[in-house]
Amino acid sequence: MKEHVYDTVYLRSKDFEEGRVLFETWDPKARYAWDAGVAIGRFLAELKAGRLVGRHCPGCRRVLIPPRMVCEHCFLPTDAWVPLQDTGTVVTYSLCYITWDMVHLKEPQIPAVIAIDGASPGMGIMHLLGEVDPEAVKIGMRVQAVWKPAEERTGAITDIAYFKPVES
Amino acid sequence: MALIERVTRLDQTKAWLGEIPIQSRYTVGIAGERFFREIQEHGRFLGTRCPECDLIYVPPRLYCEACFAHLEEWVEVPTTGYVYTYTVVHQDLDGEPLPEPRLLAFIQLDGTDGGLVHFLGDVEPDQVRLGMRVEAVFKEKAERRGSILDIVHFRPVKG
Amino acid sequence: MSRDRVAIVGAGMTKFVRRAQETPKELAWEAASKALESCEMTLDDIDAVVIGTAPEAFDGVHMKSEYLSDGAGGWGKPVIRGYVGGGTGVFSVIQGWYHVASGLFDTVLVVCEEKMSSCQPHPQGAFLTIFDHTLERPLGPNLLWIFALEMNAYMSRYGLNKRDIALVSVKNKRNAADHPAALLGDPNITVEDVLNSEVLAWPVQRLDVSPISDGAVAIVMAAESVARRVTNKPVWVEGVGWSLDTAYWTNRDLSYPTYVEEAARMAYKMAGITEPRKQIHIAEPYDPFDYKELHHLEGLMLFDKGKAPEATALGITQRDGDLPVCPSGGLLGVGNPIAAAGLMKVAEIFWQLRGEAGDRQVPGQPRRGVAQAWGDLMQVGTVVVLGI
Repeated sequence: MKEHVYDTVYLRSKDFEEGRVLFETWDPKARYAWDAGVAIGRFLAELKAGRLVGRHCPGCRRVLIPPRMVCEHCFLPTDAWVPLQDTGTVVTYSLCYITWDMVHLKEPQIPAVIAIDGASPGMGIMHLLGEVDPEAVKIGMRVQAVWKPAEERTGAITDIAYFKPVES
Repeated sequence: MALIERVTRLDQTKAWLGEIPIQSRYTVGIAGERFFREIQEHGRFLGTRCPECDLIYVPPRLYCEACFAHLEEWVEVPTTGYVYTYTVVHQDLDGEPLPEPRLLAFIQLDGTDGGLVHFLGDVEPDQVRLGMRVEAVFKEKAERRGSILDIVHFRPVKG
Repeated sequence: MSRDRVAIVGAGMTKFVRRAQETPKELAWEAASKALESCEMTLDDIDAVVIGTAPEAFDGVHMKSEYLSDGAGGWGKPVIRGYVGGGTGVFSVIQGWYHVASGLFDTVLVVCEEKMSSCQPHPQGAFLTIFDHTLERPLGPNLLWIFALEMNAYMSRYGLNKRDIALVSVKNKRNAADHPAALLGDPNITVEDVLNSEVLAWPVQRLDVSPISDGAVAIVMAAESVARRVTNKPVWVEGVGWSLDTAYWTNRDLSYPTYVEEAARMAYKMAGITEPRKQIHIAEPYDPFDYKELHHLEGLMLFDKGKAPEATALGITQRDGDLPVCPSGGLLGVGNPIAAAGLMKVAEIFWQLRGEAGDRQVPGQPRRGVAQAWGDLMQVGTVVVLGI
């Protein structure tokens, strides 16, 4: 099938830097104001108050987090806010040594999916782990939210600074 | 019903500000490289000709969109043409008024089946007419960098 | 439901490269013209065009398929774009299939293109929006997080280690050494090379990941009446399937791709496949990361849950094994220009079933193969079963 492959012209990075190839650049200025919406708007307000909340589905009776106004399994409107605990279990985690634009990190960030206590099984959110030796992190580890001081909270997911291990 | 539950406290809803942090870097391509180098070096326009369809593409293309042939016949084409259509631009992208209105036109190039979108210069908006004969004005060679902006604008042909 | 039989009759592609000089249109034309040439057809013979290409932000062009259309042969023709993220390459074949199977068109040109090098400083900038803008992006994620989290969940569930998984990367990069379009083929790569490569987001290391690439692939699809006229080796589309899981990815079972299983069940049913492990001879599952090949082989029900690594270690998935997997070299070896990479997998099955894969040809004259891709918000499975 070699004859069915077109021999594309390959450029090196320095062909751009040294002006051997013509190109244009454009900054799309893609800035957005994304509406938080009804469910997440309330979720953020609760975060500001130092609480985690989920939504109850009258069909499958699951308690969902992140909260949503419609259960995508049952396609029914969810019907109640449910207070949750700020503790949970590490479902999975990573030790990340690089930023999105490929800048190296000396100390890893530890993103994790954390199943929140009080929500239905499998209901996790993504957050960061802290106050933990990266080597000591384990799947199944019990963790608790470390909240920013009330006066520093803005109604954002970062009102929880991170989750830290707790005795199980 | 929960689906249309109203947010009664404004602090319970918010817009989240963010961006998509990218810059696009476009190569001008195989055909574009030759087109813009010719403008940069010689202040001339090149097109590619499809012998099958008898079309001359400007800007030049690597292939004929009608018959899909690889186009390998390069021809020099005039830097003159006529105003096919034009507009007078009063605002920038953000809706702010421009200091001076700008004339933007599609110039059909002589002897070709193509043309360029570019500015009109040395002419007042109320003097522009469809079909008006125009010619390309190039920057000084030292200032040219192989870009569509190596052309300052098109201006009316005298006489 | 009565449907016309649909065949693939031609395929072509560009080399996959890190940075192409070609514009996206030019890449599309290079692949499309090669595909037409391969079956001695011209654009006049084509009734409709399907264009597959992933987010606008990669090439930096909005209305990207409209922009690509002249290079993809769409001038003056019915054109449609399919877009299910990384699943696009295989989904475009599904679209091409229903264009013809419905009886609406006799011939369809399917063109997939991606030029990721346009996206600076890194295409991840465009990918970041897969994370929820309010709940996740404030945490400063990078794309690798989602894969690292999934890989760790998979390893943990089945007690796998990195070595088990690195074998996939080694196999595919070695296979790619025989692919004339490959970006990262390496006949000498070892497991140690993978295990010693830079840790990006543990457990994901540099050589666990497919490279950012530019490229295009095209195939020609035809109704049976046309297919029999233009070739004596039509490759039939026997089954298609696709399925989407919840967008709430932190609520999913991250150790098993249920959506791939659902897509596979749909495709197998259509193809009359009841025992995939016996009836499928060759597979091209989507492998942007080495663990994803294993994940997807299990979702395709070609191995039991958690057992694909063992099969890999036993050599079953080698090109000369019982079930050759990614004989092309996959995304890990040939490259990963998103939509084009998925279509490359379908093209590979096409070439393998026709016995035209050259140095990559698997022994034993395979008669049926499956190609699969994955993507959207990491939740779509797209599956095509081809046979002769």
